[in-house]
Amino acid sequence: MRSLFRFLLRNYYLMMFLALEFVSFVLIVSFNNYQRVAFFNSSNNIVGTVYERFSNLDDYFSLSRTNARLAAENASLRKQLHFRIMNQEKYPINRPDTVEAPAYIFTSAKVIGNSTNKQFNYITLNKGSRHGIKPDMGIISNEGIVGIITNVSPNYSTGLSLLNKRLSIPAKIKKNNYCGALVWDGEHYNTANLNEIPFHIIFNVGDTVETSGYSNIFPEGIMIGTIKNFNVEGGTNFYNIKVELSTNFKTLKYIEVVQNTKSAERTKLESNNVGE
Amino acid sequence: MIKDFGKYIAMFMVLVLIQVLILNNIQVSGLINPYIYILFILLLPFTIPGYFLLGIAFILGITIDIFNNTLGVHAGATVLIAFLRPEIAKLVSSREIIEKGNTPNMTQLGFASFLKYVVICVLIHHLFLFYAEAFSFGGFIETFVRYILSSIFSILLILGSQFVIFKK
Repeated sequence: MRSLFRFLLRNYYLMMFLALEFVSFVLIVSFNNYQRVAFFNSSNNIVGTVYERFSNLDDYFSLSRTNARLAAENASLRKQLHFRIMNQEKYPINRPDTVEAPAYIFTSAKVIGNSTNKQFNYITLNKGSRHGIKPDMGIISNEGIVGIITNVSPNYSTGLSLLNKRLSIPAKIKKNNYCGALVWDGEHYNTANLNEIPFHIIFNVGDTVETSGYSNIFPEGIMIGTIKNFNVEGGTNFYNIKVELSTNFKTLKYIEVVQNTKSAERTKLESNNVGE
Repeated sequence: MIKDFGKYIAMFMVLVLIQVLILNNIQVSGLINPYIYILFILLLPFTIPGYFLLGIAFILGITIDIFNNTLGVHAGATVLIAFLRPEIAKLVSSREIIEKGNTPNMTQLGFASFLKYVVICVLIHHLFLFYAEAFSFGGFIETFVRYILSSIFSILLILGSQFVIFKK
């Protein structure tokens, strides 16, 4: 026993190195398994505060761009409203049933941390559980889809950005409703792959890709992007489709968090089928 | 050492902030992502005890990891180069300079030795980092291109920062 101690003491440098590397590897592996280590990610308070301070400073330099974007969004919403009012007989305005809760609730939030240059990119928001944000809610912007919330602290939350190879989103081609899975290609911040679209479907470059109604997180018809190019790899039955994303992840600032109020009910119902 | 303590704490914080707030936002089509925070480990004096060096390296790596949401990746890479640092120093520099208790900076090592020291450390650190981040050897070539380009940028930035600080 004593000689063991002596050995450890003599080689403490090597031993300590091996121990620290072991800890690092355990952390890498457990993090890769989506274990939610609540403290050690950028939704914790200190990190959130640093990012938020910097983001507040940074805001002043992009005021005119932000204003222009908000004005454009207002104009587009006003146009839709005007169209609805002008055509009231054709498209009666839906009067929501006040007895029933709305299916989706939108909360606005600001992006205070965001990366686009890694293989697995994450996003940090300035709202957390105090504002009703929970894991597995969707994140969208006025340009299109952004990501999914994974970790929440009282004041901040973090999520997988769409630019994260671990995220796969049910998507469809708008004009013919064929569904596939959208996964980032890991190469460029404005392209992603649309997989699982079979060979016989007909579509064109420039067609819109949007979220399908199969997702439990996003409402149907949220813009994802447009088809940039496609080809067929020999020996497969599926297209290789490249989608140009409509969201510009480099300039992302104000986003909305989507809560599906009926998500729990749907998950419960669907879980009944598993045993059968 | 005690009077330098404040200086090192300040350097730690400045390097972490530069890394997470500025350099992590730089990107040229996803290929170049320089990491200069290891400059902190490179510049610690030769006299520092081994356990202290490894401990600081782990804390530095974890700090960067927490900001980047890459738990363990930077910690592992930084501990690795802290462990190899004494050997690398012996390789590039003479025994007298190391035993005099110098700090491995450009003025004391001389440009040629400092360049070798930085290049070896950055190449080892980034190699571990980029493959641990991808966590597979799939896309080997692509990761390798990212690794080489980012390493070149890190080395240039680290050398550049030394010229700014130690200019005569």
